[in-house]
Amino acid sequence: MSELDLANIDGGGTPSTTDGPMIRMEKVTKAFGDFVCLNELDLDVAAGEKVVIIGPSGSGKTTILRVLMTLERPDSGVVGVGGEALYHEQRGDGQLVKAGEKHVRRVRRKVSMVFQHFNLFPHMTAVRNVSIGPIKSLGRSRQQADERSRELLGMVGMAEKVDHYPAQLSGGQKQRVAIARALAMEPQVMLFDEITSALDPELVGEVLNVVRTLAHTTDMTMLLVTHEMGFAREIADRVLMFDGGRIIEQAPPTEIFTAPRHERTKTFLNAVLHH
Amino acid sequence: MTGRSEPTTAGALSVLAQDGPAKWDWDFVWEIFPDLLDGLWVTVQATAVGIVIALALGLVLAVARRSTIKLISWPVAAVIEFIRSTPLLVQLFFLFYVMPQQFNVTLSAFATGALGLGVHYACYTSESYRAGIESVDRGQWEAATAMNLATTTTWTRVVLPQAIPTVIPALGNYLVAMFKDAPLLSTITVIELLAAADRVQAITFRSTEAYTMAGVLFLAVSIPSAALVRYLERRFRYERA
Repeated sequence: MSELDLANIDGGGTPSTTDGPMIRMEKVTKAFGDFVCLNELDLDVAAGEKVVIIGPSGSGKTTILRVLMTLERPDSGVVGVGGEALYHEQRGDGQLVKAGEKHVRRVRRKVSMVFQHFNLFPHMTAVRNVSIGPIKSLGRSRQQADERSRELLGMVGMAEKVDHYPAQLSGGQKQRVAIARALAMEPQVMLFDEITSALDPELVGEVLNVVRTLAHTTDMTMLLVTHEMGFAREIADRVLMFDGGRIIEQAPPTEIFTAPRHERTKTFLNAVLHH
Repeated sequence: MTGRSEPTTAGALSVLAQDGPAKWDWDFVWEIFPDLLDGLWVTVQATAVGIVIALALGLVLAVARRSTIKLISWPVAAVIEFIRSTPLLVQLFFLFYVMPQQFNVTLSAFATGALGLGVHYACYTSESYRAGIESVDRGQWEAATAMNLATTTTWTRVVLPQAIPTVIPALGNYLVAMFKDAPLLSTITVIELLAAADRVQAITFRSTEAYTMAGVLFLAVSIPSAALVRYLERRFRYERA
């Protein structure tokens, strides 16, 4: 298997149950005290679409990922993944009611996330970090899960480090293990939250290579928050510009990076691209 | 002092007849040694039972105190504060004398003592556990959520394996302290090491050998225990990512 052989990743163990969008957010609002992070946000993301989210700090771009991963519960609005509401269940009379933990866990299984600070479990080796999810959450046997984990770690170029602990790995290596760990959950939707922001500049390339290959070779739906504009331009089907908890502009990368329409987008891109 | 001849009063009379301090008598030491060992064994047993209670109950209290359900977390916090703020001796008396009278719950002196030690120290170990749990980075909880792990799995496989190693020194110190508090059980008629030494002294009037040997036996257990705690600390130490 080549160093970055990601072509045979199955984008989602279970196919979407709907022909509609993979992700749907309707009037989603999330505030922390007086600070509104998401302001009646509407968003559809098609299955297999690669969406990059850009915007200034505090614009709500990370919050949208955290809401999709159920790390933050929205104050109002409806979030759907793969045709099912994430935080709501449909009653017999068609009414949407607050979902129980069991429902949330079942729908959340379609989503996986890679974090800015890796969040690997420090007391587990790389292979155990990757296999614990499939064993405990997907019901795989330890042998099956370990086999698949080693395969995934090989795909992200970490075959030699499977028995290393996170403390024995560089930042870029940790992030590649984190990507393998997220893939092991066989998600339909992958969320990437500023995955290179905590890395030394010389380690950014190895992580972006993995994600680039994933984006080009799999049919997984991907949402990426990043400040790497060149990378965004290369892999995105659509770029969303966030400000004040809203999408103020969205367009294909060729359009938004060459001819942004919104004044705020122009200022932001000008600052980011010429800093 | 079971099944063996008790220290004789002849020794006592000879002590009374002496002028000045009694000389150290190795023969007398060997004579009383089995009784002191019996006392030590009771102390070790009571501490061992107390440790099991303190470690298990302390963990339950720590997790319960973190509950988002106020009906659970507030009473637990109140009980912890109450027990930490009252002396162990008072709690032992309450368990031994009040419980049978008021609640019709009668336990043996040993069971009462071990339970008293365990519950008292559980309130301290729970605070150590709590500190350890709070030291686990929030990102670890979030990663567990992202991997869709169940709450129990998150606790047992992710949080506690990281929280507990950091608090082993504190837990170990409490456990050694519990061993040294075990003589309080003599006040509720448990014949542990100090009580055994007391009995020797009461019968023979020779206090030097009895209490010195009691001290030596306490040291003989507490020093290796402290070394064991240090070993465990090294054994479970790992660098955080």
